[in-house]
Amino acid sequence: MLDKALFYFFGSLAIVSAILVVTRRSAVHSAIFLITALLATAGIFLQLHAEFLFIVQIILYAGGIMVLFVFVIMLVNLDVMLHQVRFTRQKWVALVLAVSLGSFAAFWIYRSGHGVALKSVLNIPAAPTTRLEPNTEMISQGLFHDYILPFELASILLLVAMIGAVVMAKKKV
Amino acid sequence: MIPVSHYLFLSLALFIIGIVGVLTRRNVIIILMSVELILNAVNINLVAFSRLFGSVDGQIFALFIITDAAAEAAVGLGIIIAFFRNRETVLADEMDMLKW
Repeated sequence: MLDKALFYFFGSLAIVSAILVVTRRSAVHSAIFLITALLATAGIFLQLHAEFLFIVQIILYAGGIMVLFVFVIMLVNLDVMLHQVRFTRQKWVALVLAVSLGSFAAFWIYRSGHGVALKSVLNIPAAPTTRLEPNTEMISQGLFHDYILPFELASILLLVAMIGAVVMAKKKV
Repeated sequence: MIPVSHYLFLSLALFIIGIVGVLTRRNVIIILMSVELILNAVNINLVAFSRLFGSVDGQIFALFIITDAAAEAAVGLGIIIAFFRNRETVLADEMDMLKW
């Protein structure tokens, strides 16, 4: 019961704040609602028994990336933006295309979840939560044992991104 | 127990909202925020299936996606700052220097 209440609360919060992110005029408002959406996603992670991802989401996204966004919003000129058109000319075409893509995918998710394909992967019973515990320990086992090569590649990616960001933001290239 | 298709619907909704944001907004900063929304939607899918199968592999993939999102945000915002310094704009449809 609490499980369901948490899921629907955080899910609707995430969807509402995501809609507000793409429709607000001011970039600062968008950033604030993006923080709300990311925190709601963190709540979904907690409800799914992914405690380590929950705390990583809060520290990294809401604490790290959003600070970066807010800094850049402060650096570029905001007042000009407030009096300009928010959306591009192709907005209706884009909206229709995106909604039709979404309804197509929703139809197939519904069909494989409830309809003819009762043998579908969406209908198998969920594994017991004890198989995900202790969460942090299991993630570190996987990260440093099975996925050690992608882990090292990710560190190289972060190094390249750091150098790239510094070079991009330098005064004289 | 919530069926896994509900997580897929939630993730799909966030994904579509993110796509609409990328395709329709003019402000490049908000386009980058919509990309973050899309990456988050993918993470919800991965974690939901990780819960369904009782394996942490999906959560490890989600960690890698968060790393990518951080790298992408850093480089993208650096590009925005460099462009704003040169052209005094952050509107996507005024960034047409490579168009001709």
